[in-house]
Amino acid sequence: MAQSVERWLYPTEHGLFCEPGGFYIDPHRPVDRAIITHGHGDHARSGHGAVLATPETIAIMKVRYGETCAGAFQSLALREPITMNGVEVSLAPAGHILGSAQIVMTWAGRRAVVSGDYKRASDPTCEAFELVPCDVFVTEATFGLPVFRHEVAANEVHKLFRSMAAEQSRTHLIGAYGLGKCQRMIRLIRDAGYDKPIYLHGAMVALTHLYQQLGIALGDVRPVAHEDPKAFVGGIVLCPPSAIGDRWSRRFNDPVSVFASGWMRIRGRARQRGVELPLVVSDHADWPELIATIQETSAGEIWVTHGREDALVYHLSTLGITARALKLVGRDDDEDA
Amino acid sequence: MRAFAALLDGLATTQSRNRKTALLGRYFRDASDPDRGWALAALTDGLPIRVSLRRMLAGLTSRFIDPVLYKMSRDYVGDTAETVALLWPDRANAGEGPSLDTVVQAMASGTTAERTEALGRILDSLDPSGRWAVLKLIGGAPRVGVSARLARTALAEAFDRDVNDIEDIWHALEAPYSDLFQWLEGRADKPDPGLRPVFRPVMLAHPIEDDDWPKLDAKDFSAEWKWDGIRVQISARGGEVRMFSRQGDDISIAFPEIRSAFAMQTCVADGELLVMRDGVIAPFNDLQQRLNRKTVTAKMLREYPAHVRLYDLLFVDDEDLRASSFDSRRARLEAWHVEHQPPLTDLSQLVAFESFDALHTVWSSARDDGIEGLMLKRRDSVYQAGRVKGQWFKWKRAALTLDCVMMYAQRGSGKRSSFYSDYTFGVWRDGSEGQRELVPVGKAYSGFTDDELKQLDRWIRANTTETFGPVRAVSPGLVLEVAFDALQKSARHKSGVAMRFPRIHRIRWDKPASEAETLETVMAMLGQSTAVPDQPASPPSTLI
Repeated sequence: MAQSVERWLYPTEHGLFCEPGGFYIDPHRPVDRAIITHGHGDHARSGHGAVLATPETIAIMKVRYGETCAGAFQSLALREPITMNGVEVSLAPAGHILGSAQIVMTWAGRRAVVSGDYKRASDPTCEAFELVPCDVFVTEATFGLPVFRHEVAANEVHKLFRSMAAEQSRTHLIGAYGLGKCQRMIRLIRDAGYDKPIYLHGAMVALTHLYQQLGIALGDVRPVAHEDPKAFVGGIVLCPPSAIGDRWSRRFNDPVSVFASGWMRIRGRARQRGVELPLVVSDHADWPELIATIQETSAGEIWVTHGREDALVYHLSTLGITARALKLVGRDDDEDA
Repeated sequence: MRAFAALLDGLATTQSRNRKTALLGRYFRDASDPDRGWALAALTDGLPIRVSLRRMLAGLTSRFIDPVLYKMSRDYVGDTAETVALLWPDRANAGEGPSLDTVVQAMASGTTAERTEALGRILDSLDPSGRWAVLKLIGGAPRVGVSARLARTALAEAFDRDVNDIEDIWHALEAPYSDLFQWLEGRADKPDPGLRPVFRPVMLAHPIEDDDWPKLDAKDFSAEWKWDGIRVQISARGGEVRMFSRQGDDISIAFPEIRSAFAMQTCVADGELLVMRDGVIAPFNDLQQRLNRKTVTAKMLREYPAHVRLYDLLFVDDEDLRASSFDSRRARLEAWHVEHQPPLTDLSQLVAFESFDALHTVWSSARDDGIEGLMLKRRDSVYQAGRVKGQWFKWKRAALTLDCVMMYAQRGSGKRSSFYSDYTFGVWRDGSEGQRELVPVGKAYSGFTDDELKQLDRWIRANTTETFGPVRAVSPGLVLEVAFDALQKSARHKSGVAMRFPRIHRIRWDKPASEAETLETVMAMLGQSTAVPDQPASPPSTLI
């Protein structure tokens, strides 16, 4: 007898809980058993008893929080089903960042997919999103408004190159989220034929090296520290978005401030941050991708987590799709997405 | 359209004035006529099209977007033109799109329904950036951080001309300014302003410095009060009257009473725009209620009556007086005013004095609210555009100062980005639970050196208690001696007072925060400065 999914998968104060499986998904507080969708700070936290995730996500967590950030780790390759207390669990690629996975759970004749963060656009640094038909699909809504239609990332890189050609005496300082976006930007820049060294803010070095160890070719990347300031002129430096306005950035003479983010679609956002060159590059699904993905899963019910869930829930209702907002605590608004 | 869209995009995201000027200059040189003229119009006086963009867009958007989703999007984006540009469906054939001229022509005629259809077709042919540019173009006031003056300055620099030569004729020109561009490119003579009232670039004063005095002779100078309003120029001819700010922006639309007051005149006169009730100058705040408006209500006209206090005459009938001396222009002004007596005007009275010492006594005793200080004008000064050395001086009334405590610091922009350079400060008052608390009285971002800025920045980072985006709250530990021109009652500020022109006078690293001023003292100062409305030196207000 099929049992309604909300009877066995529901939000608690620790996070989303799969009761028969006895595990949480991306809990924001320490728990005994957690399955982690991907390595971003608002999904992967330290202090859990046991963590199950893709090998890449575990490697990322160890770099960010240390080898002992969880009591035990169990790595699970993509598409390899296991059973946890009778719940069949497998991981499907989410296309968000390296190692990102959707959690597929089947129990009592029903299947639920918690997608974590995801995108459908191509990304040379991670496996592409794979659609898993299900009864309940749990989706993010970071860009859950119809004004969000991301640009083709490769075109945005050409925008960067045009600006570099026009401003040859200035350094292009690209603000980008340190895990995922940073490495994707480097790879996109390499794929577009740029082979000079790319310089990194100190906070980005360790994760970038990890990407390289895990087989993502990023070319000649060097830390900014100890480099002769002349080296940056006319070049590319990547840093966390917050560093652009910080004292750290004073070492560059009159840099062009660049920000690679889905938010850059909105001019006001770019102006607020004083961004001179906004690049619309996002690791989250835009509005058309959200709608298409939800429809393709043929799920009878959609649960919407963080972001602009009001608009998405409203729109799905006009399409005749049952949807509701799932209030999860501790989820960021992903200002740097 | 692509070049114009790139220009607007660049202007919107560039903070630097130099870079904006360069972007504008490149566009004005490279773009063709009449497109560049329409672009210039959009950035200055607006395009000569009257369409209700709001109504057209309401009709168009309802065809492809649910009204609830539209409203959610509009609320999030905060700008109608941008929301529509982003929501509009992308078409496969989007590209260069129509020229600016095509857009202007399509919007200039036809019924609302026809223009709405035309706009839809135009938006269909563009990418998001192009759509945004079109909507900004026809919506008026693109708000990309470019003033009309900056646009004209960039135009002058692009063609190696003096901006004053453009200002001289600007208000006689009409979009798309092909005669102007022909002259700038050396292909035609300078356009003739003819019979239209135009702006004449204004003459400005230098602040007087201590070492100026020994070089000056009292008998060479004429003195008059410096009023606390805004400098305007009134240009009237053939029944048409315009009032300009000192940057040459036409502000007459919101001042119909001043336009009628000069309707019978043919003149160009400089004066101070004030709000005046029963011969008494109202606080600057009252004048602000009338500024930056496109329309004016009968209620505003009644509650904030405008008045112009005149002090120079540049043209009378068609005679150009600018090459004559200040004394002789002044004589002409007085005679002209007696003869014509335009309503809602009076003359700024001269202040007689024997010596600079005597004048100093007058200056230091002036506490009238409407007075900012004194102006000294060389009697033989001819009227020249700009801030000409040694001719006119402004002698601002000694600033008042208060010891305040820094409360918040905000990051600056441009050269100062990443430094905390804007400071909100407060004074002490008794809080609800018997404890003293700080209440903000003002915000300042000038008056310190680059070295001091670095020290302040360091102190702020070390004493931050909370961070809100670009703003940091700091612990109450640093006293700033703040100079300001006047105190005003303010309903907007929690403390009930606001400072006019506050700036950092000194940083009192030595002074304990607990010894800074109290709100009680500040309120007492406010009482004083309003309690003494008229000093002997104040001019009579009976000329009206």
